Formats: sequence, structure tokens, C-alpha cells
Amino acid sequence: MSESAPPPELTAGTPAAHLADGEWHRLHPATPLLRGGLAFVAILGVIVVNLRDLWIEILIGGPQDEGVDPLTFVIENGYLGIGLLILIGGLLLSIGAFYLSWRMNTFRITDELVEVRSGILFRTHRRGRLDRIQGVNIVRPFLARIFGTAKLEINVAGQDANVPLSYLGSAAADDLRREILTLASGTQAREAAAGQPVSGGLVERRLNEFVAEYADEGAPESIVRMHPGRLLGSIALNAVPVAVVVTAGIVIGTTLTGELFFLLGFIPGAIGMAGYYVNRFTKFVRYSISATPDGIRVGYGLLSTANDTLPPGRIHAVQLYQPLFWRPFGWWDIRINRASQSAAQAASGQSNFMLLPVGSLDDVRRVLGLVFPDLAESDILIAGLKGRGEPGDGFVNSPKRARLVRWFSQRRNGFALEHGVVLFRHGYIWRDLAIVPSARMQSVALQQGPLARSLRLANLRLHTVSGPVTASLGAVDRDAAVAFFGDVAHAAVTAAESDVSHRWRAPHAQAEESQA
Amino acid sequence: MTDRIELTDVQWRRVSPKYVWVDLIGTLITAVIMVGGASIAAWFIGATWLWAVPIGLGVIFLLTLVFTPRRVRAIGYQLRADDLLFRKGLLFQRFVAVPYGRMQLVDINRGPIARAVGLSELKFVTAAAATNITLPGLPEADAEQLRDELVTLAESRRAGL
Repeated sequence: MSESAPPPELTAGTPAAHLADGEWHRLHPATPLLRGGLAFVAILGVIVVNLRDLWIEILIGGPQDEGVDPLTFVIENGYLGIGLLILIGGLLLSIGAFYLSWRMNTFRITDELVEVRSGILFRTHRRGRLDRIQGVNIVRPFLARIFGTAKLEINVAGQDANVPLSYLGSAAADDLRREILTLASGTQAREAAAGQPVSGGLVERRLNEFVAEYADEGAPESIVRMHPGRLLGSIALNAVPVAVVVTAGIVIGTTLTGELFFLLGFIPGAIGMAGYYVNRFTKFVRYSISATPDGIRVGYGLLSTANDTLPPGRIHAVQLYQPLFWRPFGWWDIRINRASQSAAQAASGQSNFMLLPVGSLDDVRRVLGLVFPDLAESDILIAGLKGRGEPGDGFVNSPKRARLVRWFSQRRNGFALEHGVVLFRHGYIWRDLAIVPSARMQSVALQQGPLARSLRLANLRLHTVSGPVTASLGAVDRDAAVAFFGDVAHAAVTAAESDVSHRWRAPHAQAEESQA
Repeated sequence: MTDRIELTDVQWRRVSPKYVWVDLIGTLITAVIMVGGASIAAWFIGATWLWAVPIGLGVIFLLTLVFTPRRVRAIGYQLRADDLLFRKGLLFQRFVAVPYGRMQLVDINRGPIARAVGLSELKFVTAAAATNITLPGLPEADAEQLRDELVTLAESRRAGL
């Protein structure tokens, strides 16, 4: 390494260290243990368990089976010494490798960039620009929480373009997040983040942190209270249609064939479904959402917790959705598109596109108020959610002739452009409302196929970064669609020009706000 | 076909007429491979009804070939004050407007047939995969000039994502 190695006292293990000072720092010393050490512990455990069987056999004199247990083989042939040597050697080697990988893994945060260097043989050097940050996520897997550590993930726009810092001290991660967001916000004066004095012994501190992680100090109280009953109910109601269909299938199948054995085929599916629902429950039962100066903070997770901060202007599309069975209760969920996606997170079911897993209309208004304050107060939101296409509700609806392609939803099928956002309302049975801020849309498309042409209809589509929300609207009156195409193209340009959210606290942004 | 979508106040710039040949040859090659493959399969299997596949494919490709000149004439673009407007399609019309500041990069591609007649293809990429605009059939010099122009425009209006 050509750069001078960081002095050892600058490790991130020390709570509330100033990590965003432009110097190279190391991660928490427990990192190797948390990352790879677990597998090692497991292997050790297997060996110990095997040995215990062996001891019991030797002491009690159990049945001497003819199996070729490697351990028995090693002991009986007098290779015990060599075996132990190999074991100790391997142990030392892996400890050395883990230590080295920890030594070589350094990061630094300057005014402009975040950089991570890692790897022993194959060095990686990842660099992200702070003004392109899409979010800062603090994840605390259960084991990491026990050790008082956390994983900080800086989401930069792009597929898998995250800069993970795993692991940091729990308090250090919180501090670092604040500092990164402060730097990214474009605030001119770098306020020195005062670290809280740390009192008490290690155990007491650990205990406090363990409890405090739920409270997430620094963030105001959650604006939405997640009732476990409601969450459970929403999950159950989601499962009802699936269960009904499956049960109907089973009943029909058994009456037709008179056989029962094929029921076995449903067991893996049922287990999978149950796992999915249990996972969803544990993930969202401690759900919280609040507004901080640096964006929306979403917290979730029961044993493993995560805490996601979305700076302003990082939400590219929003969808409010109401499954049929939620309608009697007036529940909605809110999902979003964001520019950063982590394949690893998606694989582990941690994808962070749920802004509100389930909530009443009031909850929806409060959460949406964080994203689109003007819209959340307006009547057009209600029209978009519940409206049935009454004239004068602010939406331009599909004409009657669209009934041929929108059997039930023709009256609800409509669009609006207001408060700097585009609203697409569709669905009569499964209601949903897609919202795209004009400052975030990438392009607009207007399409027409032969069927739509014969009905004088057209399709509209807004292109945003990919995610669970697709903002498109079919079967719109052709002339209305053409006019809307022009309006939206214009709105997208003007909104993007005046948009300064990539440096949301910079002086020019504040000047803009005071003018408005 | 009176109900086609037409945008007002737009002076479409069309692609080079030579692109018709590129498209024709490209379609023809695909057609020969597909129809030939299906015919061989039908021949070996020996079932009479299976000949419906190559014949059907042949009809589809024939129609595609017949409409190629019109389809190429339907491709158009315009550089407006703040965005690029693009259109294509005859039966399935598609219009896309991309603000200049949203363009992340502009590619120039040249296929072997297009290169033989001196044409290039421009591809525009935004942060949304669905934008999906390729502008084929531009003379090489025009393509490079257009790319430079667009990159400059994109640079001057660059905003966050």
C-alpha cells in the first residue's frame, strides 16, 4: 500500500468516532468474526459434537460399528498429533486471513466521495459520489446486534452499486450516517458532530444500545403506529384468496380423481407460503417511519433490524395499492421505486421498496405527506384512491368506448397532472394509484396499437427507474393522451430544471424554498 | 386509418432512405433462416400439417418486407427546445419524449450491412430501462454530429437522477 496505513486507534470500534474526516479508517474489529467467523464456529461445533460421540463411545464402550469415521480413523492409527497440528495450522491460517482482510479493508469519507478499499489478493477500490446518494441504510443482523455492531450501506444509483461498510460500531454507524447525510446535503458549514459522552461499563453500554436501536435516537417519533393486529389481519387477508383458490383446486382434484396422495405435492408450497408470511410479519411488526431533516427514515425488523434513510427527491415513483379484501377496512400499502437496488438485499427478502406495509387512509396521508406534502392534503388524492370517475374529480377519465378493453375499471381509469406529480388511477377490483413526480421521470411514451386505434384510444407510459411500480395507463382517449403527452413532456423538463434535491440543504435549495 | 396519432407542431426529421435496404436485407436473412429451418424440420418429420409453420412464417415475413419502406419512413425524430422527440411504428405507433438532461449516454452502433451503406445507429440510454430508444439509419457523419450535439445538451442540463 502506498498510502500510509491508518493509525490503529482510528478503528471504527470506538463509539462516536469522527469517521467522516477524510482519513482512512478501519472497520469494527469484530468484523471478521461476524462475516466469516460464523462458519468457522459452526465447523468447530461439528467437530466438538463428533468428538463427544467418540468420548462416549470410548468411555461407555458403545457398539463398535464398522463405519469409517475419520476421527476414529485418525485416533486409532496414531495420527492424532498430525491431525491436531493440521487443525491448529488451519485455524491459525484462517485467523490470519481474517485478520489480514480486516486490516486491508479501509474506508474514507471526504466532502465529495465515499471510498472503500478491500481484498487481499484481488484489491477492490470502490468510490461513490456523495451527491448521488440514494439512501443510507443501517442494517443490524441479530448476531451483529449482540456484538454492538451494525452494517452501514450507502446506496448509490445503479444496480448493485452500493458501498457497504460492514461492520461498524453501532453508535459509530449512527454518527457516520448523520455525517454522510450532512455532507451529501450540501450544507456549507461542516458542523462538528459532537459525540455523546459514553458512560458506564461495556455491558451496560451494550445493553443500552441494544434497547436504543429500536428507539433510533435522533429520529423523531414514528408518524405511523403499526398495530400487530392490523399487520396480521392484512397478511391473513392477503393469504385468503390464495388459500381459497388452492383449497378449491384440492377439492376439485380429490373429487375428480378420488386420490389423496397428490396432496403431498402442496406441502412444500404451503411451507414456502407460510415462511413468506411469517417473514413479512417479523419484518414489519416494528415498522416505523419518520421525517428527519435529511429525509424519510424507515425502520423495520424484529431480531435483525434495518433503518433506511431516503434523502429528499430519491423516490422516483409511488404506488398506493388496495387488494380487494382490504377494502372493507380501508387499508392501503405504499411501495416505491428508487434508483438503487441491491441484488443481495432482494435475494434475502430485505428489499426496501415498501414505504408502508399496511395503513389506514390517515396513515397513507401522513406517509405521503413526507414525499408529496401538497398532494397529501388535496382532494385529488382521495379521488385517486376511492373515486369512481365522477365528473369534476380532477381526473381525465377514459371514455365510455374504452369499456371494451377495461370491463370494470373504465370509469376509474384516468390520469391527472397536479402538484408537480402525475397520477394514474386504475383498477376497480384491485384499486391502485400510481404517482410519479415530474422532476423524476426519465421519459414519456405514447403508444397505440391496432385495437386501440380502432377505438380511438391510446396508451401512456412514464419511464422511471425500475422497481415494483410501473406507471402506465391504457385505454385513454386519443386526443386527451396526445395533449397529456405534450403537457407531461413540458412538465418533466421544467420540474427537472428547478429541482435541486440532489443537494437538498445547499444554500440555493433553501433560497428556492423560501421563494416558493 | 384516420385515427392515427399525429402530433401537432412537429417537424419530423426522417432517417436515410438507404436504411430501407439495410432493414430489407436484415429481415430477408432472418426470414431465410427461420423459414428454411422450419421447412427442414417439416420435411424430416414428414407431417403435412407441419408445413403450416414455414408457410405462415413466410407470409408474415413477406408482409414485413412489403411494409418495410413505409415503416422506415415512419421513424422520425426531432430536437425540440428541451427534449428529444422520437417516433416509430406503423401498426403499433410509439412516441417517446426524453428531456436532454435525462440522457445518461449515447451509443453509436454499426452493423455489417449498415456499415456497407455508410449508416449508423444511435442508442439513447436514460436511468429507465424502459425508455429504449434506438434511432437507426443515420449517415455516419450525421450520427456523430447528432451524438456530440446531444451529449453537449445533456451536459448543459444535467440534473440529479
